[in-house]
Amino acid sequence: MARQEKKTDAVIVGLGWTGAILGMELANAGLQVLALERGEDRDTVPDFAYPKMIDELKYGVRLGLMQRPADSTLTIRHSAQDTALPYRSLGSFLPGNGVGGAGVHWNGHTWRALPEELRLKSYVTEKFGANVIPEGMTIEDWGVTYDELEPHYDRFEYLCGISGQAGNLGGQTHAGGNPFEGPRKRGYPLPPLPTLLNGKMFGDAAKAMGYHPFPLPSANLSDAYTNEYGMQLGPCNFCGFCERFGCINYSKSSPQTCVLGALKRKPNFSYRTRSEVIRVELSQDRKTATGVTYIDAKGEEVFQPADLVVLAAYQFHNVHLMLLSGIGKPYAPDTGEGVVGKNYAYQMTGGTSLFFKDVNFNPFVGAGSSATVIDDFSVNQVDFGKKGFIGGSYISSGQFNGQPIRSMALPPGTPAWGAGWKKGIKEWYGHSMSISSHGSNMSYRDCYLDLDPTYRGKYGQPMLRLTFDWKPNDIRMTQFMRSKIEPIAKSMNPTNWASGYKGDGAHYDVRPYQTTHTVGGAIMGVDPTRSAVNRYLQTWDVHNVFVMGASAFPQNLQYNPTGTVGALAYWSARAIREDYLKNPRPLM
Amino acid sequence: MGDRPPTTWRELVPPAALPDRRFVLQAALGGGALLSTLGPTEAQTPQALLDGYKPAYFNTAEWAFIRTACARLIPSEGDGPGATEAQVPVFIDREMAGDFGKASDWYMTGPHNPSADPLLGYQSPLPPAQIYRESIAAIDAWCKKEKDKAFAELEPTVQDEVLKELQAKKIPLKPELRDFFVLLLQNTKEGYFADPMYGGNYRMAAWKYIGFPGARGAYREWANDKGDAYPLGPVSVSGDRG
Repeated sequence: MARQEKKTDAVIVGLGWTGAILGMELANAGLQVLALERGEDRDTVPDFAYPKMIDELKYGVRLGLMQRPADSTLTIRHSAQDTALPYRSLGSFLPGNGVGGAGVHWNGHTWRALPEELRLKSYVTEKFGANVIPEGMTIEDWGVTYDELEPHYDRFEYLCGISGQAGNLGGQTHAGGNPFEGPRKRGYPLPPLPTLLNGKMFGDAAKAMGYHPFPLPSANLSDAYTNEYGMQLGPCNFCGFCERFGCINYSKSSPQTCVLGALKRKPNFSYRTRSEVIRVELSQDRKTATGVTYIDAKGEEVFQPADLVVLAAYQFHNVHLMLLSGIGKPYAPDTGEGVVGKNYAYQMTGGTSLFFKDVNFNPFVGAGSSATVIDDFSVNQVDFGKKGFIGGSYISSGQFNGQPIRSMALPPGTPAWGAGWKKGIKEWYGHSMSISSHGSNMSYRDCYLDLDPTYRGKYGQPMLRLTFDWKPNDIRMTQFMRSKIEPIAKSMNPTNWASGYKGDGAHYDVRPYQTTHTVGGAIMGVDPTRSAVNRYLQTWDVHNVFVMGASAFPQNLQYNPTGTVGALAYWSARAIREDYLKNPRPLM
Repeated sequence: MGDRPPTTWRELVPPAALPDRRFVLQAALGGGALLSTLGPTEAQTPQALLDGYKPAYFNTAEWAFIRTACARLIPSEGDGPGATEAQVPVFIDREMAGDFGKASDWYMTGPHNPSADPLLGYQSPLPPAQIYRESIAAIDAWCKKEKDKAFAELEPTVQDEVLKELQAKKIPLKPELRDFFVLLLQNTKEGYFADPMYGGNYRMAAWKYIGFPGARGAYREWANDKGDAYPLGPVSVSGDRG
């Protein structure tokens, strides 16, 4: 029999970016708010303090801040004909864990979606005709427009102190920014980070070819900053230990540096760590949730009653909890019916390494978001009809770290071990840079999430199962980007260069790290038969359950997701505060 | 600061002062001079240091295999430290005795399919330490059968050939062990480049060799597009200077 805790107004599952934002917004609305976080408590001091954080092996390689598969994982297969097997050790993606979630150890690339991406299906159909969409591709509109989200993108950027250069202010193009972005009402809160040598070289080469280079919008701050909650951040010192690490320097926007310090001081907010929610409990008519059941640090089952439930866990866990709780109809790929688990998508990436014998890049001088970008081949710039694919990519040259176990690019032909390898690392460490494509990934009828029939989690619940593989459309997209990147690389006259892009017939490989931008499975929309949550991120069937995060993306953007995840959290929070709380009901 | 040269930006730059680049460069030269005087009390050879190490995980035959295999993967010949000079075998032994060797962080519950499509990742029921143990035994048995000697007793050129065959999966290992070479090579490079507190990268030799400043963690003054060579040597997490 579960122990029962005292009822609270709102319970939030997961205390990362969206949990922290919803916590603040709901506490400011006067609600008694409780957040349940399954991982450990974490803060800049003592957990991210210098020098112990500057340890590549512990955090960069052994992944000390990430979710341990021993505690929680999923199974993966390429197609419905295969048997899924557990993701036993982390590789392709790295779900976060603990207070702050993946917001602790991200690189800080903070983008807005393009207006066209948020209504992708309509854009494609209107501009190129419905027959451009290949059989089996299940792209959708998001149900929210760029103009509706703009104030919320702005708010998240000003929460974080994003450092960047606006390219489109109210429809007016500004030199040095991204001319292809949607219009923004005001510029970034801080100027861009200084440009490193790789970024200068790439930017010069791109400009010479007629492209439009600009600094990547960065959550590594260029200067001191105080946000709306009174949280203070300092300028990034380019320590070169950003992604996979907590910031030693209060310079990377995170739930800790931007929200939690202020939120923890509120008397009507509290949080419990090592409290893993295993189920949302529903009322008898299944139209509302009564609270959540979690396992506490002692292994005891606890029922936490609440009037409002916010799922703010990582994308996979949000979908998993919906499936385990019976919220929404599970998706069935054979009929195309059902919505929960539908439209899983990932991120298509590729890149070219350039080697310059006589150039010092000082790769250890790095910031997670130090990069120069061109967006000339973005989703709103490519002619899908002519090019034969739907999608786009930004192309960038970044210098994030020079940690030698992981960041040791060597020219083609260098042996992987022995005397040749040893000679190679001396010759080439510090003398290479890269140009990368970070591209969209469409959604497909047979890429989805459901419950695994065989493998079980540590509390006996069926594991989540991912069925996913690369598709020809997205491989054509990345090959197109290759055809644009290689001429830029060659124009820079490197001593040597090498490319890595997925080719025809490539299958998803879970071993090498790619990105943690897993999306979909609880997608947003305006049609309850095609989406799991409505445009306010409210579940269609259980009106007091809202689901944050990238699980709402109907297909993946060409950009890193956090900016859009933050904007959607504020968008949903406003609907809850200004509409739902006054009259709790389905908002659509 | 006392009478020793400054080692990090935090020492070089008093909180209220603006950084002065000339001062930094002078300090760096001082550090370099000190570097060359290191060592009189540390006359032991790398081999002797390894001889004196008592493995926490490996038995005698396994330890001989690890020492020789690491010495071929990153040889001592030529410029820079080899795996022996960097004490990489010590690192691997400690890793095998610890959480990594036990796969403490990984999901290890069955059913297992060790013959699964490699794209689905690690599927062996065995944790890394056990993969090392069984693989070393299998490779030594293969070497004795094919080459009349255990791996560690073969000539270095023959050891290289065996490692190439292992890498090319030409030495028969059961599917549960198929990731052994990848693990061995990865762990060897980890031991070469990880902070010295883990037992390898002895005296930050590998960092000095390639020019990685280790745990300095503060480069604001070099965040520019000038391409100047960085002047300071490494520091470790414990505060030692390389």
